[in-house]
Amino acid sequence: MNQMAEPLVFRFEVDGDNFTSAGQASVQVKKNLRQLGVDPETIRRVSIAMYEGEINMVIHAKGGTADVIVSDESIEIILADKGPGIANIEQAMQEGFSTAPDNVRSLGFGAGMGLPNMKRYTDEMQIDSVVGEGTTITMKVNL
Amino acid sequence: MTVNELAAMPGFKTVALPDGEREINNVYIGDLLSWVMGRAKADGAWITIMSNINIVAVASLADVACIILAEGVTLDSTVTETANAKGVNILTSDLPAYETAMLLKI
Repeated sequence: MNQMAEPLVFRFEVDGDNFTSAGQASVQVKKNLRQLGVDPETIRRVSIAMYEGEINMVIHAKGGTADVIVSDESIEIILADKGPGIANIEQAMQEGFSTAPDNVRSLGFGAGMGLPNMKRYTDEMQIDSVVGEGTTITMKVNL
Repeated sequence: MTVNELAAMPGFKTVALPDGEREINNVYIGDLLSWVMGRAKADGAWITIMSNINIVAVASLADVACIILAEGVTLDSTVTETANAKGVNILTSDLPAYETAMLLKI
């Protein structure tokens, strides 16, 4: 990737009502990273992790914000929502555990793989969540 | 094998082919979208019966070479338009997923 003078920051609003447009931020990030010359496998990891986060915000939190910070060393993704929060993070991290409603499952989501995939594809992941207030997930992929 | 070459084989029909020169290196079969994103490899043919709009985003982000809709599943025109706009190849097959995969022999 080209060296950069200072980190680049991309900010997106994630629309909470719309499954059809879910993924727009991730697809835009994918394009931006490609233009920056990031290698394809890193782009794949970042964009899948971010898409899972976007979908979670649509399913559970009526949307939120997504910030992507690109520096010479890493790509950081910060997803923040004002949703219901996660009561038991350890449980939520288990593959197959899901609280998604049936209409979401019929679309092929809600299989309990979102958070595990986000962890799988990133080098660092931190979940800060307060029940009734919201959730902030910070993920980092090293370059 | 490229997606163009696959599209020309008997048993496959083209729905969207905006990036037909992509090489297919593997096959993944699955309908749960997060499972696909977690397990499918880049440059693969993804065989599914899911037909909602989100398959285009999943295919794009997971960087698969093409989607193959098995069992004769059809798509809304909006999904086809989005696939063309996003550079996602989509073919269909009347066969079930396993038989469809057997035709690829990768």
